[in-house]
Amino acid sequence: MKKTMYEKIWDSHFVVEAPGQAPLLYVDRHLMHEVTSPQAFEGLRLANRKVRNPHSILATMDHCVPTKDRDLPIADPIAKKQIETMADNCQENGLNLYDMKNPNNGVIHIVVPEHGFVHPGMIVVCGDSHTATHGAFGALAFGIGTSEVEHVMATQTLPQKKSKTMLIQIDGELSKYASAKDIALAITGKIGTAGGTGYVIEYAGEAITKLSMEGRMTLCNMAIEAGARAGLVAPDQKTYDYLKGREFVPSGENWDKALAYWKSLPTDKGAEYDTTITLNAANIEPQVTWGTSPEQVTGVTSIIPAPEDFDDEIKRQACENALNYMGLKAHTKITDIAVDLIFIGSCTNGRIEDFRIAADIAKGTKVADNVTAIAVPGSYHVKKQAEDEGLDKVFIDAGWEWRDPGCSMCLAMNGDELTVGQRSASTSNRNFEGRQGKGGRTHLVSPAMAAAAASAGHFVDIRNL
Amino acid sequence: MQPYNKHQSIAALMNRSNVDTDQIIPKQFLKKVERSGFGIHLFHDWRYNEDGSKNADFELNKPAFKGAKILVVGDNFGCGSSREHAPWAIEDYGFNTIISTSYADIFYNNCFKNSILPIIATKKQLADLMGEISANEGVSFTVDLEKQQLTTPAGNGFTFEIDPFRKENLAKGLDDIGLTLLQTDAIDQYEAKHKQNFPWLWA
Repeated sequence: MKKTMYEKIWDSHFVVEAPGQAPLLYVDRHLMHEVTSPQAFEGLRLANRKVRNPHSILATMDHCVPTKDRDLPIADPIAKKQIETMADNCQENGLNLYDMKNPNNGVIHIVVPEHGFVHPGMIVVCGDSHTATHGAFGALAFGIGTSEVEHVMATQTLPQKKSKTMLIQIDGELSKYASAKDIALAITGKIGTAGGTGYVIEYAGEAITKLSMEGRMTLCNMAIEAGARAGLVAPDQKTYDYLKGREFVPSGENWDKALAYWKSLPTDKGAEYDTTITLNAANIEPQVTWGTSPEQVTGVTSIIPAPEDFDDEIKRQACENALNYMGLKAHTKITDIAVDLIFIGSCTNGRIEDFRIAADIAKGTKVADNVTAIAVPGSYHVKKQAEDEGLDKVFIDAGWEWRDPGCSMCLAMNGDELTVGQRSASTSNRNFEGRQGKGGRTHLVSPAMAAAAASAGHFVDIRNL
Repeated sequence: MQPYNKHQSIAALMNRSNVDTDQIIPKQFLKKVERSGFGIHLFHDWRYNEDGSKNADFELNKPAFKGAKILVVGDNFGCGSSREHAPWAIEDYGFNTIISTSYADIFYNNCFKNSILPIIATKKQLADLMGEISANEGVSFTVDLEKQQLTTPAGNGFTFEIDPFRKENLAKGLDDIGLTLLQTDAIDQYEAKHKQNFPWLWA
């Protein structure tokens, strides 16, 4: 039988299906951060259960950590306790933790690939919806709840229901400065935030194979914004080249064995998907969200829609609510929207490539009056690499703040946040009400679009730069 | 976990779609290391005014919905973050049933770990239920998980679908981890094979 990559990974991880229960799948890698794990450890303790495979776990601290003055104690006592609890839990259970001061620290979905902890064909979970990121390597990676975190720690398995499969085929070539972020946003705009519910998405086509590994991570990261728990890209030479030599990647004879296995993973020719969607990359403009859902998005040369532009009653109401919350008028040009704060970072766009392209645009410019711009590398390794390339100086000379790594303004748990009514151009993944601070207004964009908005003070079509 | 029993309860209406988990439980409340006490923060930014008083315009603050165990909401409920704090807050507030046309996958799974039944309705069924509540705020519906049956005074009830294993575990309040640990022999056997097939993961 011809199989999709998803079906191959499912079959190779199938453990057992007890009568009346869901199939159990084996989990290869379990990623952790401080926010969604403490109650799981507590559950284990109360039931007197142990972590089955400590070596399958890699943990970091990212959501609550300060991105400046990290040498000072954490001011928020509740966040401080959460951070300390993480350290205690990892020590007690013998887990590999990159704590706040560890040179390997950073956002979990940035750190894990840097160390080669995820390989093609694995099943990878984390109490975090952006676990989908690791599908870039051809791993089945998805977010789980805290009860499931506890389940995986205790049993190394998860009861799962099989997902449907969706192929998103993107041929053609992206225009200058259009990026994986723009593809991800355009897909969410096309199929909606529930379009991928119940599906695992596989991305394929010329535009996808041309993406760097960083770009593929950005794309898969936002599969969840289109409702899909996981996104997948078939591993290829770029994947193998990226992995080779990293800490948790096999070498010698084991490399050869692993490589042979990885090469068997891509979807068989002629295998069938439940749904197929096609896009032409050439038609994907740099994207900007205008509302409070990632599906409320349009191209930079467009105007903000009016509620009456939508036939669907629910979408019409959502548009009205969003314009109200965002303080925007229908039919305003996207390029006329002025911004107050620029954020480049997050598990979506906090990788070296993101800072390179942003620096390329920021070089020789100045941040506009009344605009604050912050660059938050996804990890200390990204930070160091950027500094080795002199990118930090480009940002600082242009008037940006150059911070320590963390989730920072993506979800504003660590004190980095918008104030009421402030408007951001953000490279993160969610523009929900209050996500970046109560009353804050978020526009999701690519790093290039964010960098250009910093000096202009409003959105600009980067293709004209 | 509490077994899910047949019950008759007030159904509260929140006619909003794409309600994300950031709205259900905003991030400033995710720093706790305990599992309890999130109900007071449910829908915080909608529910409370700046000064901490209750927002009288927010649906769930209507006196008629006080004590509701059933929450009727628009499409795609629970999208966004995987935070289980969302169902913890819903359960702690007092709901044990949600009715919508669709749920985000992770949220849907998380409900079953917390004694919450997320019922899936068709668009028409949901619209009828919403109409019935709007016309008669404070109306009670009956949920019978065993028969997979929702009943309402105006006759807008229906039979709903649910996976047999989810139904069984919810009805009996079974502990998923305990059930999986019954399969420890199968897991051990799989793992032995895994070590042979993927030696580089165990080196």
